[in-house]
Amino acid sequence: MKKIEAIIKPFKLDEVKDALSQIGIKGNTVTEVKGFGRQKGHTELYRGAEYVVDFLPKIKLEVVVTDDMVEKVIQTIVNTARTGRIGDGKIFVTNVDDVVRIRTGERGEDAI
Amino acid sequence: MESQINSGDTAFILISAALVMLMTIPGLALFYSGLVRRKNVLGTIMQSFILVGLITIQWVLVGYSLSFGPDRMGLIGGFEWFGLSGVGLDPNPDYAATIPHQAFMIYQAMFAIITPCLIAGAFAERMKFSAFIIFSLLWATIVYDPLAHWVWGVGGWMRTMGALDFAGGTVVHISSGISALAAAIVMGKRIGYMRDPMPPHNMTLVVIGAALLWFGWFGFNAGSALSSGGLATSAFVVTHIAAAAASITWTFVEWMRHGKPTILGAASGAVAGLVAITPAAGFVGPISAILIGISVGIVCFIAVVILKNKLGYDDSLDAFGVHGVGGTLGALATGLFASKAINPAGADGLFFGNPGQLGIQVLATVVTAVFSFVATLIILKVIDLVIGIRVQEEDEIMGLDLSQHNETGYTF
Repeated sequence: MKKIEAIIKPFKLDEVKDALSQIGIKGNTVTEVKGFGRQKGHTELYRGAEYVVDFLPKIKLEVVVTDDMVEKVIQTIVNTARTGRIGDGKIFVTNVDDVVRIRTGERGEDAI
Repeated sequence: MESQINSGDTAFILISAALVMLMTIPGLALFYSGLVRRKNVLGTIMQSFILVGLITIQWVLVGYSLSFGPDRMGLIGGFEWFGLSGVGLDPNPDYAATIPHQAFMIYQAMFAIITPCLIAGAFAERMKFSAFIIFSLLWATIVYDPLAHWVWGVGGWMRTMGALDFAGGTVVHISSGISALAAAIVMGKRIGYMRDPMPPHNMTLVVIGAALLWFGWFGFNAGSALSSGGLATSAFVVTHIAAAAASITWTFVEWMRHGKPTILGAASGAVAGLVAITPAAGFVGPISAILIGISVGIVCFIAVVILKNKLGYDDSLDAFGVHGVGGTLGALATGLFASKAINPAGADGLFFGNPGQLGIQVLATVVTAVFSFVATLIILKVIDLVIGIRVQEEDEIMGLDLSQHNETGYTF
């Protein structure tokens, strides 16, 4: 089992979520986050006073899948979240040792 | 006496009084509180809210009498109307012959309330609440009440001299704006000023506040006709025109200079236009109002965006840059654009063949500015010596909401 963590542009969230459910991903977790990479920040100007804003709003999407689904999920996210411009985000993949469904006590892949 | 009361005029002035109160809370309170950082949102709103209470009581007890009571040597009203004694429901023809005296009194009370609230923009985010209360009460009594008497009181020396101030350009805006500069200098800069980012924490509050100020200003300026006829309409119309002209001017100047038109620029410009037309409304025509709006849009933009940063004082919310500078421009513009064709009870300005009026306006402006600056400086220095005017460093970093009021504006 792997956890796929994708940092994406906020306006792409709905598109990515729909595409994931079409390939059978039943659940995921979304967080509003702030950060920066190569895109850097932007400047804001209030009555002539300039402020550099380093951290830009992004969406962090987390989904845990079985090993055979990993490539398909990654491709789906890349295809739907990509705009081709700087700041499209990143995907991180990590191992997951175990999963527990709290309601039933199911473990492992059955609990995903 | 009862028969002299005109119900239309009375209704209009009572509603205008309510409109001017709306300018302070929530108008100015939202405008200012959106501009500060989130840790100071409640402290900033509180400054306006508490003064509605405090200045009302001050006004009823002594303020109204000092401002409009029987004249003493052109300088101050006497104590005869202490506690509104003799200020009843019959008209006082010296001020407004067709409305109850108390209607005039409560209308003027709202002006006395908003003026010290305006100053608070200069020392936002760092003044001790206790010191703020003492300062505001002293300022209202020592600065506002005499000024109101000079300009509007029967026998007041500026009124006798013929200075034109329809709705409070000198009394409200120059006095508060110049006092704001003095306050910003005495108070010193906020910790981290020019080093840490201090952007407005909620621009939507700022815009709602500015819109309420614009709306309430119709009561402020048109109501100053003290009757609901042609003069009130003329004041209403030029007030709106000047605000519109100044708003788009500021926006376009900013667009040209910085590449983007901002809503803060549009809102700031509107307020600047309203400030500048305040003394002139009721004396000038529509084209004059456009010219006043355009010029104040440019001049206040320069004062706020360029001058302040060059000179380095921390007039945090630009009380001086907008009210002091805009009010001065308005008072002088009144000496240029005033026309007896608009208001036979007024005077002609320089552009209508009476250069002497400009001289009178300059004198009134300079005296108001010097008096306000010096008096504010002294009041603040004395309070600072006795109890201190500024919050502790730790409290300033924590924010006024928690340090002064034990509350937070936003709980998620």
